[in-house]
Amino acid sequence: MVGLHKSEFKNPLVRWIDTRLPVFTMMQNEYGSFPTPRNFNYFWNFGALAMVAMMIMIITGIFLAMNYVPNTALAFDSVERIMRDVNYGWLIRYVHMNGASMFFVVVYIHIFRGLYYGSYKTPRELLWMLGVVILLLMMMTAFMGYVLPWGQMSYWGATVITNLFSAFPIVGKSIVTWLWGGFSVDNPTLNRFFSLHYLLPFVIVAVVFLHVAALHITGSNNPLGIEPKGPQDTLPFHPYYTVKDSVGICVFLIVYAALVFFAPNFLGNPDNYIPANPMVTPAEIVPEWYLLPYYAILRSVPNKLGGVLMMFGSILVLFVLPWLDTSPVRSARFRPIFRQLVLLLVIDVIVLGDVGAHRPEGWWVVVGRLATTYYFLFFLVLLPVVGKLERPLKLPDSISKPVLGGGGPLPGGAPAKPMEKA
Amino acid sequence: MRRVGDGPFPHEWLLAGGAESAAAACGHVWSVATRRNQPRPGFEDMMATSLSASDHGAGSPHGEGTSKRDFLKLVTGAAALVGTGAIVWPLIDSMNPSQDVLALGSIEVNLDPIQAGMGITVLWRGKPIFVRHRTEKEIKEAEDVSLSALSDPETDAARIKAGHAQWIVVVGICTHLGCVPLGNKPSDPRGEWGGWFCPCHGSQYDTSGRVRHGPAPANLPVPPYAFETDTKIKIG
Repeated sequence: MVGLHKSEFKNPLVRWIDTRLPVFTMMQNEYGSFPTPRNFNYFWNFGALAMVAMMIMIITGIFLAMNYVPNTALAFDSVERIMRDVNYGWLIRYVHMNGASMFFVVVYIHIFRGLYYGSYKTPRELLWMLGVVILLLMMMTAFMGYVLPWGQMSYWGATVITNLFSAFPIVGKSIVTWLWGGFSVDNPTLNRFFSLHYLLPFVIVAVVFLHVAALHITGSNNPLGIEPKGPQDTLPFHPYYTVKDSVGICVFLIVYAALVFFAPNFLGNPDNYIPANPMVTPAEIVPEWYLLPYYAILRSVPNKLGGVLMMFGSILVLFVLPWLDTSPVRSARFRPIFRQLVLLLVIDVIVLGDVGAHRPEGWWVVVGRLATTYYFLFFLVLLPVVGKLERPLKLPDSISKPVLGGGGPLPGGAPAKPMEKA
Repeated sequence: MRRVGDGPFPHEWLLAGGAESAAAACGHVWSVATRRNQPRPGFEDMMATSLSASDHGAGSPHGEGTSKRDFLKLVTGAAALVGTGAIVWPLIDSMNPSQDVLALGSIEVNLDPIQAGMGITVLWRGKPIFVRHRTEKEIKEAEDVSLSALSDPETDAARIKAGHAQWIVVVGICTHLGCVPLGNKPSDPRGEWGGWFCPCHGSQYDTSGRVRHGPAPANLPVPPYAFETDTKIKIG
């Protein structure tokens, strides 16, 4: 494996570098000529969009940290100073604040795409699991970021979430004290949350790198869920998907900008503009919208430890999803029963989010319990069973056939192979 | 670690021949397929033309399609550049002094308690400002110097406000390497010229704050200030 790389680049400087460190060849192979299934729909934009959202969050975050003070006496005022006195501070903070929501929207759609088109199935299990790790890291990062402004919701959100760990028998109390660095959420807690909120995004970047590296080994899934059989089934990533992603990025930025400039506090909670007060709990404590479904699951279980376990379980179950789904067919297009069930799951999660935003009283409790039940039923029972019982529709012979019509043997292409499942 | 280009990359498994680059192969197939199945002229033809041209390593193709594409590339690039600039500028500007810092940019100093021969030091924008009440003798010394004797020639009149010759206001930072010179208190060493003496490298300033002895290259700068009344100035 020793030896200079034989570069194909003509530019002498590029060639000089590429011979010694073939980054240009790598970029060309992975983002230039990288063969990508030709039948992507716009759902395949969301990975790139998540990447953009992540970069926006990191850049704005770095600039916010230049003016933020992680001290209980100064944090709230330093955020207000950013809003009022720092040049464009309001813009940077609103971009960061709403960026969290945009990041989660994009990632949730990305996850739905993976579920619907079976992107988690072999050989992409590890790719999927790395994605779940990213989701977990994102949730931790978002939660700790929400604590930093040190408003009422920050304080009480931190109190409630850290107290979740007190549900564990014997060690629970000690864990919570350890998390706090004291006997309540206080200055040590705020300091460590700031430190970790700055660290975790870079951990996310590292896992995203692995996620993308794994993707470039297996190649992308596609709406048909069948593997490309030759060059007639693929397109070079550039310019086809760089352009298609750019279209998506434009739409994404338009929505994002509309949120930032016209309704920057639409997704936030007004109580967080009241400075933290350890003596008064706000009437309604709700997490940010992207955490509401888990919050609903937590509250649907009439047992402290049970609720906590179910909540963590709702994410952890995603790790074993590739083995829970027993069907070899990837795309829901060819799985009539699974298709209904997975769309119902989407509605179910939205309902859970709605339940999470309401006080657990009256029929909200019932709805919450039903929705929680379906969530786990889907993953733990329906997926394994339906995979065995369902009769999938006939898969197309190749990707190019439905796309280009006729199909048949194409010049320079591999001869069509017999139908291949999964 | 596998070296890039050694293969086998996944796309090389997919390629029948394995030797051709995926781009060339795909482009070729795309152009053939497009011509056969999608007889519509325009965009597809343009793509096909450009791809087959690049297949053969030729320069950019000629004709209408090229100028349209060039135009689109130019407009897209320009829009992206303007957009990037529009978001990069707020980030850069956020590192400039904020409004609360600028609000502290001016201070008022009451001159009443300063006796002749005394000076005080006030903080303005994080820097020490010397405000000194000069005696008649000191004023005369400052005025009588010939400009040729100065390494940074400047008349005393240019460094004070007319009618307020007894007051000299300078930024108290040595122009050599940024130390704060001594000399505001009568008990401080004031150097040979009776102004200020920098303890770091021995620079000396006269009673007008002008440098008279090395290594400092320039006079102590006069900050922007104005007399609000005879006994009150506003710096900044």
